[in-house]
Amino acid sequence: MNGPHDLGGQMGFGSVAPEKDEPYFHAEWEKRALGITLSCGAFGAWTIDESRHARENVPPADYLAASYYEIWTRALEVLLERHGFATRAEVDAGVKQIEPAVPKRILKADMVPGVLARGGPCDRSVEAKPLFQPGDRVRTRNFNPETHTRLPRYARAKTGVVEAVQGSYVFPDDNAHGKGENPQWVYTVVFDAGEIWGEGADPTLTVSIDAWESYLERV
Amino acid sequence: MHDDHDHHHHDHHGHDHHHDNRYSDMQARVRALETVLSEKGLIDPGAIDAIVEAYETKIGPRNGAHVVAKAWTDPDFADWLKRDATAAIASLGYTGRQGEHMRALFNTPETHNLVVCTLCSCYPWSVLGLPPVWYKAPAYRSRAVIDPRGVLAEFGVTLPEEKKIRVWDSTAELRYLVIPERPEGTEGLAEEELAGLVSRDAMIGSAIAGAAS
Repeated sequence: MNGPHDLGGQMGFGSVAPEKDEPYFHAEWEKRALGITLSCGAFGAWTIDESRHARENVPPADYLAASYYEIWTRALEVLLERHGFATRAEVDAGVKQIEPAVPKRILKADMVPGVLARGGPCDRSVEAKPLFQPGDRVRTRNFNPETHTRLPRYARAKTGVVEAVQGSYVFPDDNAHGKGENPQWVYTVVFDAGEIWGEGADPTLTVSIDAWESYLERV
Repeated sequence: MHDDHDHHHHDHHGHDHHHDNRYSDMQARVRALETVLSEKGLIDPGAIDAIVEAYETKIGPRNGAHVVAKAWTDPDFADWLKRDATAAIASLGYTGRQGEHMRALFNTPETHNLVVCTLCSCYPWSVLGLPPVWYKAPAYRSRAVIDPRGVLAEFGVTLPEEKKIRVWDSTAELRYLVIPERPEGTEGLAEEELAGLVSRDAMIGSAIAGAAS
């Protein structure tokens, strides 16, 4: 979707303002928001792709004004309600009102080190051989789906060069919507800044994206 | 319309109906969320404590600095990192969440690498820990791909005009660790001392190793 999250090349946000000796957390609630988000992810009820799409659906004005943990929390509430674990009314009231759906697992303290160390690999084997090889010139597709995609707007309908075949991975555009993992080959595709940004682009700059095969067409 | 609007406001005690004030007090909102989920037995507050402790004490940029320092001192390890970063990094004990599929990007005299996630906040947690606020915020995510020299200047980094810049937008599940150039004059230093020269930002590409010290 062409949501507020798709920020590459937008202007007007000011300077980056790195914070000296930045703390890991800026408030106690951020710690809890992180832990709750990861704990609820362990339910196994939604995928990381569905989770990202929920964040993209935070209304633009709110998204751009929110800290990242607020975006996570807003999206988590949507996921919890969608999958039957907790309603917004319950969170508003701060008390349980309905019996929740049954999660596949509940994350306990003693499971945390193992869960973090394992992570969630999303490489999957595919039968087909890669369509493209390093050095191939490709053009990214021009589309504007209302659904989840990982092809940023700034890199649509642009010509670049395949630099590497990076393996085959779960396809987020399908997986975010419960349509299955449908893995595809992923390629690192490099663009000259001039191809993306046109006049006045930095001649020393190249930008790469990691693109699923169906984002690409042979030139 | 104007009357309706006023009336609407009056009914809602002056609150703008389109603004969701659930999130005006995040401390209260997140506490309510934790309370409800705990009451339902869906989350273990102890697990939340364990997650926070892991990212405050164990999973942070010292992991990445270890990887970099080893790459500087051990050519075989550096070669392994180029061929299979996930396995090479795992050999040092750094695996898992948001580091499942690692790639190492070696800065060279010709090319400087800079990592961003324009679409969200993808970041190599297993070696760098939690991302800083600026990495997740709109200014960096919007500008890194179009004006990286301007962004680097805000970090106090000025690259030679002829130096190439490669920006890596983390749009898939690959997670990138920049291996900065080894600072000059560090030939005699041991691996542990070298690791002390490697900042978190140097492994994102927004700083130069050793420049701050």
